[in-house]
Amino acid sequence: MLEIKNLHARVADEGTEILKGVDLTVKDGEVAAIMGPNGSGKSTLSYILAGRDDYEVTEGDILYNGESILEMEPDERAASGLFLAFQYPLEIPGVATMTFLKTALNAQRKARGEAELMTPDFMRKVKAAAGELKIDAEMLKRPLNVGFSGGEKKRAEILQMALLEPKLCIMDETDSGLDIDALKIVADGVNALRSPERSFLVITHYQRLLDYIVPDTVHVLYKGRIIKSGDKDLALQLENEGYGQIIGEAA
Amino acid sequence: MGVTELRPRTPAETALVSLAEAIGRDEDARRAAIEALRREGLPHRRIEAWHYTDLRNLMGRRLGQGQAIEAAAARKAGPAETVLAPLVAGSTVVDLDTPEHAAAPAGVTVAATDELSDWHEAPNHLDRSVDTVRLVNAAFGARAATISVEAGRALAAPIELRSGIGAQSHAAAKVAVGDGARAVFVERVEGGGSPAPSSLVSHLVIGDEADVLWIVDQAKEPGAAHLGQLNVTVGANASFRLFVLNAGGALVRQEVHATTTGEGSEIRMRGVNLLENDQHLDVTTTLRHTYANTTATETFRNVVMGGHGVFQGMIKVAREAQKTDAKMACNTLLLSEEGDFSAKPELEIFADDVQCGHGATAGEINADHLFYLMSRGIPAPQAKALLVKAFVDEMVEQLETDEAIADALTGKIDAWLEKNR
Ligand SMILES: Nc1ncnc2c1ncn2[C@@H]1O[C@H](COP(=O)(O)OP(=O)(O)OP(=O)(O)O)[C@@H](O)[C@H]1O
Ligand SMILES: [Mg+2]
Repeated sequence: MLEIKNLHARVADEGTEILKGVDLTVKDGEVAAIMGPNGSGKSTLSYILAGRDDYEVTEGDILYNGESILEMEPDERAASGLFLAFQYPLEIPGVATMTFLKTALNAQRKARGEAELMTPDFMRKVKAAAGELKIDAEMLKRPLNVGFSGGEKKRAEILQMALLEPKLCIMDETDSGLDIDALKIVADGVNALRSPERSFLVITHYQRLLDYIVPDTVHVLYKGRIIKSGDKDLALQLENEGYGQIIGEAA
Repeated sequence: MGVTELRPRTPAETALVSLAEAIGRDEDARRAAIEALRREGLPHRRIEAWHYTDLRNLMGRRLGQGQAIEAAAARKAGPAETVLAPLVAGSTVVDLDTPEHAAAPAGVTVAATDELSDWHEAPNHLDRSVDTVRLVNAAFGARAATISVEAGRALAAPIELRSGIGAQSHAAAKVAVGDGARAVFVERVEGGGSPAPSSLVSHLVIGDEADVLWIVDQAKEPGAAHLGQLNVTVGANASFRLFVLNAGGALVRQEVHATTTGEGSEIRMRGVNLLENDQHLDVTTTLRHTYANTTATETFRNVVMGGHGVFQGMIKVAREAQKTDAKMACNTLLLSEEGDFSAKPELEIFADDVQCGHGATAGEINADHLFYLMSRGIPAPQAKALLVKAFVDEMVEQLETDEAIADALTGKIDAWLEKNR
């Protein structure tokens, strides 16, 4: 599904190097968790995967189903099945949530050569997905994310993910800001999407999320590099011991 | 001659005066205005109110040559009927050239009047001792109508004001909305591709507790020049909402001068200026708070694909106008290197217990917003169009008007955005 090879990247306009040789492979159907201290480059990695041009890849490659995506625009990556649930979803005043969802869905379908979804079908789909995630229909009448609470924004990201049915889901701290019940709802939503053809890259600071979404692999990103990989027990170890031990070993 | 020439007139000024004389109608009534136009000429950049719209120079480029004058003189105002359907379906249409033909609904009286615009004093203190827009309007013998809505009457449909389309379309409207009445007016400014300006001067008197929405829908043809002016007084506890849509014309100035005439009134002014090619669009407003406890919000959003935009907004708060709450904003989306926009907000506050503020921003499309939309699969051109539309649609939303009116306005905006994609 995803192969990140010796990825080096820096901030485009000022040159600070943030990723310093990331190597990571995610297989079809795998749920990979990425953990790591604040500022280690987790969000940066997720933005680069999604194609944000604030960052410049200076070395290495990102292969998605065997092909490099470095030259692809963010919308092309999305249409090919990549999705990023933002750590901080943006508020976009004036853009109606429903208009946005429909535009995005149909743009992707069009890019893939599929027929556009008609409004009644679309409405049905949104209603069903929103119902499962316990998202109030009133919320969807507002402009995109505007005035949504922190947790509502995170839920709205997962709603988008459920509607767009991506192949590679990157979730950047989706758990932060969610209350206990919402965490369970979102995790159930994610688990329902798990399939042999769909992979997940779950960025989180807490074991709690991984109790619900049990990962196949766990990776520690530190100062722009993966310094340790393991199975779900690695997350438990981090929960108990913190990063000190592992950082010490890596040094 | 008998007239003292203070300074030599430019060819454009001379052309404008001969154009006014060429109309040949109601000569006596217009004489004073024509002479004043000859004497005062057009304002230029050293007149502060016209600093960004140097009318003498800009008209000079349009009316400089003799052929242009003849062409303009030959082009008579066409009948207003050639303007198609009203902006909002079901509106009562009042043709300001022939107001007596209007089918006025119950509670509304419409009549023709000979009264010319009073140009002897400018509503903007940064202007000259004569008012340019009114002077042109009077010198060209604007056809005028009086419209009054009786007290307590709530009109079901908007009243759309039109004047003959074409270069020599000059009209004036004197509108009075009685206490407690509710009405929507649309100034339909269309047509006319000529170097000489058309003009429309409106006076609106809003009674106490009344509620008025006034829409200026300016969509002149490319090449047309137009001078518009709306003068409003807002009574106690009355609500005045304004929407100005500038989506056409080559050289356009729209002025709005509003004054409170009672406590507790609420003014909401919104506008969208859409600029392309070499257009010069100017919106100049003055808001006078003269009574206590009035609120005003004023926001203009501009989309610049080319041309030159101007916004001048003045808020004046008199000593006795305590507890005034007035906010003004002008936001510009610059989508091309070809265009520019000048914003000049001004506050003049003499009361001590007020909340006033203004802000002007100009920038490109927000890159973070664009990335977010693209990351969901929306291609860049479509994502940009969505963001531009959102930027201006908010102005319509903030009017909080009924759906038919909002849809009509967004429809016009969409058509422009679609054409300029
Ligand atoms: N556009 C940028 N300009 C300058 N520095 C940046 C930029 N983007 C990221 N950085 C820096 O790169 C480092 C990694 O940031 P990133 O947001 O990827 O960390 P993170 O691992 O997601 O942290 P957290 O756990 O707090 O979310 C930080 O030091 C951050 O300040
Ligand atoms: Mg982060």
